[in-house]
Amino acid sequence: MSRLHGILALSLVVGASACKPKEGGTPETAPPADAITEIKLGVVGSLTGSNATFGNSTKNGVDLAVKQKNAGAGVLGKKVKAIHLDDQGRPEEAKTATQRLITQDKVHAIIGEVASSNSLAMAPVAQRARVPMITPSSTNPAVTEIGDFIFRMCFIDPFQGYVMAKFTRDNLKLDKVAILRDVRNDYSVGLANVFAEEFKKMGGTIVADESYAQGDTDYKATLTKIRGANPQAIYVPGYYTEVGQIARQARELQIEAPLLGGDGWDSDKLFEGGGKAIENSYFSNHYHVDDPSPSIKAFVEQYRAEYNETPDAIAALAYEAAMVTLAAFETAGGVDGTKVRDVLAATKDFPGVTGKITLNAKRDAVKPAVVIQIRDGKRMFVAQIAPEGGVAPAKTATAAQ
Amino acid sequence: MAELVQQIVNGVSNGAIYALIALGYTMVYGILKLINFAHGEVFMVGAFSGLLVQRYMPGNGGALSLAVAIVVAGIVGAITALTIERVAYRPLRGKPRIIVLITAIGVSIFIQNVVALITKASPFFWQPVFVTANETAVYAIEPFLTWADAFVIGGAALMMGLLQFIVYRTRMGKAMRAVSQNMDVAALMGINTSRVIAFTFVLAGFLAGAGAVLVGQKNGAVNYGMGLLPGLKAFVAAVLGGIGSIPGALVGGLILGFAETFVSAYVSSSYRDAIAFSILIVVLLVRPSGIFGKYVPEKV
Repeated sequence: MSRLHGILALSLVVGASACKPKEGGTPETAPPADAITEIKLGVVGSLTGSNATFGNSTKNGVDLAVKQKNAGAGVLGKKVKAIHLDDQGRPEEAKTATQRLITQDKVHAIIGEVASSNSLAMAPVAQRARVPMITPSSTNPAVTEIGDFIFRMCFIDPFQGYVMAKFTRDNLKLDKVAILRDVRNDYSVGLANVFAEEFKKMGGTIVADESYAQGDTDYKATLTKIRGANPQAIYVPGYYTEVGQIARQARELQIEAPLLGGDGWDSDKLFEGGGKAIENSYFSNHYHVDDPSPSIKAFVEQYRAEYNETPDAIAALAYEAAMVTLAAFETAGGVDGTKVRDVLAATKDFPGVTGKITLNAKRDAVKPAVVIQIRDGKRMFVAQIAPEGGVAPAKTATAAQ
Repeated sequence: MAELVQQIVNGVSNGAIYALIALGYTMVYGILKLINFAHGEVFMVGAFSGLLVQRYMPGNGGALSLAVAIVVAGIVGAITALTIERVAYRPLRGKPRIIVLITAIGVSIFIQNVVALITKASPFFWQPVFVTANETAVYAIEPFLTWADAFVIGGAALMMGLLQFIVYRTRMGKAMRAVSQNMDVAALMGINTSRVIAFTFVLAGFLAGAGAVLVGQKNGAVNYGMGLLPGLKAFVAAVLGGIGSIPGALVGGLILGFAETFVSAYVSSSYRDAIAFSILIVVLLVRPSGIFGKYVPEKV
């Protein structure tokens, strides 16, 4: 986001929050379950902005879960209502939205965000107000370290970075990799650090470690430098808008090495921005739509029927987050934040979309990761890597989409 | 060696873009003593109009549509700049400069947000023209000068040449120079200063709009916030070269483009902006009026 306007916006946010009554301190006791008329889920996401597909997929995933619950018996015999707020992909907006959901809309739980930087801005607000916050897809470990009301439905960066390092070493059999990270993005920096460490541990060499800043448009100077180091692949753990441009400019400089990335690539906009330049690149992700597992098949069918498009991983995780949260209300027998938190923390073998969900002591889900290759503008499954380590044999590649 | 040559090409091509935008700042400042902070947004609006032409003109985004896109983007840029001048700056003529400056910042934020609303703040992408069917770059000179870069550098040079001609060889250019020296005296000589000011905005807007299409071919993406950073950097380039001076904007733009490229290439991409802008501070400490600027003491 633009620096100058970021600062302006930030000062506005600070000004605005200073006028609000202080939240937190002594929490209000939640009303008993029969006193409320509906269960309210607050959702914060980037519905507009350069990461807009993240927010919209999250919204679709949550809405589908809510619709299915309401079509049945509801939750605790009540209707569920999802309240969506747009943060334009900006941390300061995400924080304001969270404050608004808690103080004005009085939501019973919060789902969000995708971008780790935004979740990191939201989590302290939810923690102070003792409202459970479930991030479907932020992978930076620091997010759930903020407090015991913060949960996560996906794996974390140390694992994702490890997966890509292992895949690069064991499957692609490469020795020399360059890194190009987004220095203004907590997610990207975290992934790059882990990847570098793991890749070196496995005997590989990082021949160049360069950076850009979100919003840059010209990467040629840095890419020319990387070209000089002659890497076999370039690890670019950024978001799809920048990655598409980087891919194009890399090919323009006749860099043939494939690009490698993380779940921040998972958007159809990547193909629009990257065109043919992004072909044959690989990224780690949470699931793959053509996975034959029955839970994924069922979810993909329901999602297609509802929205007439293929769900990306972000949508699947958001659906899971909503399902786990709503189930926690049932088990807790009410909406009391502390009780719901205790139930969420004990989540074990919950039948989710991407597999059975179990949260560890750090309130993070323990899940396998998949590696996806981009071929003919489609996502192709190449490998699944389990949390304990060891690369599963590559299944027959099939076309996603 | 090949890498060094490639980095020089990168530097020139970046610098040429900064120079084109910096010219807009410098011309307006030279005449009105106004820093037109909305200039980066003119650039952004130009980029969007060029993108629309490329998308919807028949001919599947080829070279012809690109040529039309440049002209249309230039005209839309000129109209945008002229409108800003009419609506926001002209009513404030003769008012303290700080008021106009704040208005300029307001106009910049306003245009950004309007475009963000219309486009849902989504990024859009150019269809690359100078590529093979396989979408790899086509080279003018193997292996370091692609047609895309050649197009940026050539286009920028052509527009600067044209500007030089207008300012130094035409009646209107003479009037512009007169107004920049002393607006009151120029008015006494029978020059319609309002028309000259409007013409300056048109010229600046055209350069920014057409320049945006050149950048688009090179970098690929268009979004509502794309004008801010290049705008800010071009402003810096204009100050570096000596604001108000046309050769100054050119040299300032090239220096900034080179500084950024070479810091990324041979020092560290993480410190690119920090080091590039430190250079600016050092230059301004030594020469407060910029490289080509003349130091004019305030008359009491």
